[in-house]
Amino acid sequence: MAIGVKVMQRPAHDVSYIRATLKGMVLTFKHMFQPRVTLQYPEVRSSDDWRIATRWRGTHRMLTDEQGRSKCVACGLCPQICPANCIKLVPGEDEAGHRYPLIYEIDEFRCVFCGYCQEVCPEEAIHVGVHYENAEYSRDRFVYDLERLSAQVHPVSTLWDPTDPRGE
Amino acid sequence: MSPDMKGFLLVSVVKLLVIFTALLVGVALMTLMERKVAGWMQNRPGPNRVGPFGILQPAADGIKNFIKEETRPAGANGILFIVAPAFSFIPAMMLLAVIPLAAPLPLQFDVTLPVIGQATYDGLMTVAIADLPIGFLFVLAISSLGVYGVALAGWSSNSKYSLLGGLRAAAQMISYEVAMGLALIPVLLMAGNVSFSEIVSRQQEGLWFIGPLFISFFVFLIAGFAETNRLPFDLPEAESELVAGYHSEYSAIKFSMFMIAEFSHIVTISAMVTTLFFGGWDIPFTTWDEQGGLAQTVVSHLFFFGKMFFWIFFVMWIRWTLPRFRYDQLMSLGWKVLLPIALAYILVTAGAIWGIDRGLGWTDPRRQAQALLGLNLVLGWLLFYVLDRGRVVRGVGAVGRTVRVPVRAAVEG
Repeated sequence: MAIGVKVMQRPAHDVSYIRATLKGMVLTFKHMFQPRVTLQYPEVRSSDDWRIATRWRGTHRMLTDEQGRSKCVACGLCPQICPANCIKLVPGEDEAGHRYPLIYEIDEFRCVFCGYCQEVCPEEAIHVGVHYENAEYSRDRFVYDLERLSAQVHPVSTLWDPTDPRGE
Repeated sequence: MSPDMKGFLLVSVVKLLVIFTALLVGVALMTLMERKVAGWMQNRPGPNRVGPFGILQPAADGIKNFIKEETRPAGANGILFIVAPAFSFIPAMMLLAVIPLAAPLPLQFDVTLPVIGQATYDGLMTVAIADLPIGFLFVLAISSLGVYGVALAGWSSNSKYSLLGGLRAAAQMISYEVAMGLALIPVLLMAGNVSFSEIVSRQQEGLWFIGPLFISFFVFLIAGFAETNRLPFDLPEAESELVAGYHSEYSAIKFSMFMIAEFSHIVTISAMVTTLFFGGWDIPFTTWDEQGGLAQTVVSHLFFFGKMFFWIFFVMWIRWTLPRFRYDQLMSLGWKVLLPIALAYILVTAGAIWGIDRGLGWTDPRRQAQALLGLNLVLGWLLFYVLDRGRVVRGVGAVGRTVRVPVRAAVEG
């Protein structure tokens, strides 16, 4: 042999190719009759042993108050902390001195779904959500404006709780 | 042209159409079967979107491959690049022509057709497109031609991956051709003929050759896997090293043709294993199938199909069980293990047949086969227990040189 191949000294029953082949064939044959684990995705989205985690950080959602206005007070913390710089916020103020966002846009393409915006929000207004189906036909549809963020209905992420690190 | 000749041609054309159509449809369904088996063995359902249980998946694949764009790499050799898939495809299709698929059908007709005129047929019709007297020699010859398609595809693509795949395929197929041919010599010795029909009838008289010629079967099966370039011998298209090997640069229907060639090679190898070692269309424990008649033809074909189907499944089963060989292991398995085994086995079988024939004077084929079966039980035990357990040969290709693992030595010392 041209190449110096290292040959290990192993016990005879470990180097039996036919025995190993037969064992492997028995194993694969058994697997043919085991239950299938595939989730038939578009029709079935969750099953008893598989569901999306409550800590999932997905599509953002802006919560609203009883009058249907956004809870956001345009404090500017979320664009400040956002590592991907994907939040665009232009603050406004009404006659009563309440601050509100004139423009609030999140570019879901740039977003890295770290969840810092939810953590930092003092009003619990912006949230990452337990949701992952974001397909669109054009790129500009991925910039979610305030109206669209408020219209989302999926559950919000619980994020990681240091006092309950394993989510129990 | 005499009415006899016309009748013969008519029957042959019908057989051609039926068998090749069945082969192509079967190959299409095999792609589905392969993916289903792959899925099941990995606890997945396999393709199930197109039609009920994914039954229309082959049609969808076929349409896709027909309408896809054909790409041709810059610098590819224009003619050979186009011809190579055909070189691979045509021999693969031709192989099934000589294998008897069912018991011969007694057929008699005398018809006058519009353009053709009078055509007559009277006699036993073999259910093979051409039951050639040269039998498996034809299969060995044509199946080696397939290597041209693969090697030319590899070379003409002007891609290093394709070239390496093509070279590997050429070396591998030629190497295993030797072991395969030699593994069939004992079959020739037993049957006294290379014609498939004769081999089948000889097995009906005696035992299926799986018993009396077990080592032949074993070597033939392994060499057959290597001939079809299937796992664990799919070095020519090893995707982890060579992208897709010799057909890396092919797209659309040209790629499909390589796939069809591969799958029809599987069909042929399965049919050959069935015919040579499992009695072909023979129905065991009865002589009813040898009487001749439509019912016998149909039922014996079902038996043939069942046996062949098992071996097709077996090929897929092995594919999803075993990992790929390293290339030097592949070569040393072919030349250093299978070839000596096949050669030694020819000597042993020839000697044994001579001894049984002349020494013991047993001429009854069943008695001869039983005596050889006894011998093969011993040989099989030797092969599997003594050789494989590493008592004589330490691993494929090992030359008895061992390397002590230093860490362990240090710990022990």
